[in-house]
Amino acid sequence: MQLAAHTGRLGRRVMGWVLGLAALAACAGALAQDLDPAALAPLASDETDAKLGAIDRLGRLPDPRAAEVLQALGDGQLLATPDGRILVERADGQTVDPLSGQPVAKPGDADNVMINNRLRRAIGAALATSQLYSKQAGERLAAAQRLQQTSDASRLPLVAEAIRRETDPQVRAALEIAQARLQLAADDPALRRAAAEALGATENPAFRSMLAALVQQNADGGYAEPDEGVRSAAQAALRRIDRHMATVEWAGNVFYGISLGSVLLLAALGLAITFGLMGIINMAHGELLMIGAYATYMVQTLFRQWLPPGWLDWYVVAALPVAFVVTGLVGMALERTVIRWLYGRPLETLLATWGISLMLMQTVRTLFGAQNVEVSNPSWMSGGVTVLGGLVLTYNRIAIIVFALLVVFFVWLLLNHTRLGLFVRAITQNRRMADCVGVPTGRIDMLAFGLGSGIAGLAGVALSQLGNVGPDLGRGYIVDSFMVVVLGGVGQLAGTVIAALGLGGVNKFLEPYAGAVMAKITILILIVLFIQKRPQGLFAPRGRSVE
Amino acid sequence: MTAAANADLLHLARRPLFSPRAWLALALCTAALALLPALNLAVPPDHPLHVSSYIVALAGKFMCYALAALALDLVWGYAGILSLGHGLFFALGGYAHGMYLMRAIGRDGVYQSDLPDFMVFLNWKEYPWYWAFTEHFGYAMLLVALVPGVLAFVFGYFAFRSRIKGVYFSIITQALTYAAMLLFFRNDTGFGGNNGFTDFKRILGFDVTAPGTRAALYWITLAFLGGSLVVARLVTQSKLGRVLTAVRDAESRLRFLGYEPLGFKLFVWTLSAVMCGIAGALYVPQVGIINPGEMSTENSIEMVIWVATGGRGTLIGPIVGAGVVNGLKTWFTSVAPEFWLYALGLIFVLVTLFLPQGIVGLVRRLAARLQERKGSARIEEQKA
Repeated sequence: MQLAAHTGRLGRRVMGWVLGLAALAACAGALAQDLDPAALAPLASDETDAKLGAIDRLGRLPDPRAAEVLQALGDGQLLATPDGRILVERADGQTVDPLSGQPVAKPGDADNVMINNRLRRAIGAALATSQLYSKQAGERLAAAQRLQQTSDASRLPLVAEAIRRETDPQVRAALEIAQARLQLAADDPALRRAAAEALGATENPAFRSMLAALVQQNADGGYAEPDEGVRSAAQAALRRIDRHMATVEWAGNVFYGISLGSVLLLAALGLAITFGLMGIINMAHGELLMIGAYATYMVQTLFRQWLPPGWLDWYVVAALPVAFVVTGLVGMALERTVIRWLYGRPLETLLATWGISLMLMQTVRTLFGAQNVEVSNPSWMSGGVTVLGGLVLTYNRIAIIVFALLVVFFVWLLLNHTRLGLFVRAITQNRRMADCVGVPTGRIDMLAFGLGSGIAGLAGVALSQLGNVGPDLGRGYIVDSFMVVVLGGVGQLAGTVIAALGLGGVNKFLEPYAGAVMAKITILILIVLFIQKRPQGLFAPRGRSVE
Repeated sequence: MTAAANADLLHLARRPLFSPRAWLALALCTAALALLPALNLAVPPDHPLHVSSYIVALAGKFMCYALAALALDLVWGYAGILSLGHGLFFALGGYAHGMYLMRAIGRDGVYQSDLPDFMVFLNWKEYPWYWAFTEHFGYAMLLVALVPGVLAFVFGYFAFRSRIKGVYFSIITQALTYAAMLLFFRNDTGFGGNNGFTDFKRILGFDVTAPGTRAALYWITLAFLGGSLVVARLVTQSKLGRVLTAVRDAESRLRFLGYEPLGFKLFVWTLSAVMCGIAGALYVPQVGIINPGEMSTENSIEMVIWVATGGRGTLIGPIVGAGVVNGLKTWFTSVAPEFWLYALGLIFVLVTLFLPQGIVGLVRRLAARLQERKGSARIEEQKA
């Protein structure tokens, strides 16, 4: 914002120099039918109508100086002397003559030209066209895009003139669209037809209603558009726009599906280790997510209090190891004190861990209060990138997708390429045999559970960037996480990934038709039905160890 | 020892339902419970024997919980099926009865319409089809049993047929309950959204809040609880009950012996759901409200802990457990609400770690130890 204002000011200054040079070089009359004192004089009058006329004329002048005058008028920076001279007061306090661009002393009797709302509207419209002649391609483009929104047919010659003068292909294209939009009301059917085709080629939904109005059938059976050819062209254009909209919507669903899927994946990944590999029904998994999110909050608070403000943007990165270690330690403590006594009794584990989850929740409530705490996105995560002309991919969602993939890679690496992973897999396959060949099962159990919990903590960091952080944060994810692991097949990392992304995608594609809640219900029912067919999940382990 | 056990098995069919001592204890407990509303109604408030209406209402509520816990014990304690979805059956029974109670309000609601207030509020013009005939008490009572029963039957058929068991079954029942809760929270399903049903006025023409009606509801609940205990005992003492225990302990082996567990499991599962629905139906008029919160995951798991605390597979244990846990809950929420979740969490952990057989198991163990000591004392006496 500040940057934009700054460049704007700079642009104006550059324009001033250019103007000065032009005024020096050109003889009077070289810029014939351009800005002259006669065009400016009415601005000094008290009559609103006279001013309106002058503004309108200024707007049609293909002269960059006219834009400056209009801009100054709109900003209340235009001065008028009682003898009818018009001066521009620049932002730096300098007073210049708009005709010559030369600085002049500010006359003592100069007054700011007053404007009212009617004038302000007229200035806006005039500027839109006037800036078409700006020296800056960016300003010209913006003006052309503003022009695309108007339906004032009297602008047509102006646009045509601007197209004739325009050299920048991008601005030219934008101008042609604006022209097409105005020509939609032209008298010549061939022009209207070409206009409809041009608008269709933009694939811009903003023109949809306009085109749809053409092919609308009136009550008496006639059409708003009398010409058959134009109608069919409009139909084709409509189809094209609709197709593009459908593509954008589809791409949006894919993106949000992947985004939701990556959230589910993060939430379920820790569970894939504790439940999938170790067979522990950890109902406190959601609370481990919550602890990870609160660890993020703590790190953020510490950064705010002790470190220079510039560092605050990176608190999320610092929160990752903190959350991992904190939740990992909580997990290991749980494993050593409670869960280790319950191996082989899954239903009892379920109850005990549920009890633990209640205690963890209440502890957090006591420490931090029952209200949600405020965790803010770092600046590099806010905002987003626009693709396909209308689909906004927010940076925080992109960051979480990337993060989820990194965590999966990390887990895969740990399980398949480290000694700890080897031991964990050995215990999964045959606990007693692993014990016999010297795997320290007790310690590995503790470490593996700590790992699963730590990953839940990492997921908690990600979740804190997406939604509210409160003591109930984990409850919303527990059913979903179990669904992902059960659907993916117990003990299968790949299954978990595919199940999470699949569930996320299906959910987002169902939502437009069924609404968020019904989509969720439908998915739960689909999972229940799916498990009928494949009780072991998508990727069933085969062999005698299954039972 | 083995000979005795064999003889026990052979005489299975002729075993008495309860031992005479147990019958006596049951009769005494029932009488004591039945006396509560009488002490509330007949004894003047300043008399030391007077029981406050609050206690009666509380006891009535606890008996509904006890009935639900009993139902859960049938499937978990005997067939080894841990349901995390009994809150759903409980709530469905409650909603079925609630539909009748809502219609019994008549035009006495805030908007004085034939429709319940929430429907007027949401601009409904008439009752949706599934509300048909619910103005008849008998039909509503039929729904109380049928809705949870049919749902349990269909769900159970598919689940048991594909041999989903253990934790998978638990997780799926939890998901089912969760889905149902989301559904009932919606305003457009015709069940009052998150406010549910409340503001009941009368039941079968009697004022719901009148002390007499409340006492009657209490006695009916007590009768259902006692009756259900006998039914559950009948089921578990029969040969069918023996098969169920076998399902719990070694389902694969049972299958190899030529039994198809599907029917047995389905029967006890559906019976349990119906019982739970009845518990919900008895609960609603006494508490005066039913909303989707009853279907939350937390509630269903809490039911499980009632059973575990009292002692699973004992039938009487869940009744005791429901009373103990809910008594503690009432005490904590009035004295130190912020500590209740710690206490409940601790109950979960301690019971699973140290009291796998619950309170009843503990009592039995203590009694056995006492007898042993008595026996050894007698031997030493003889020696002396």
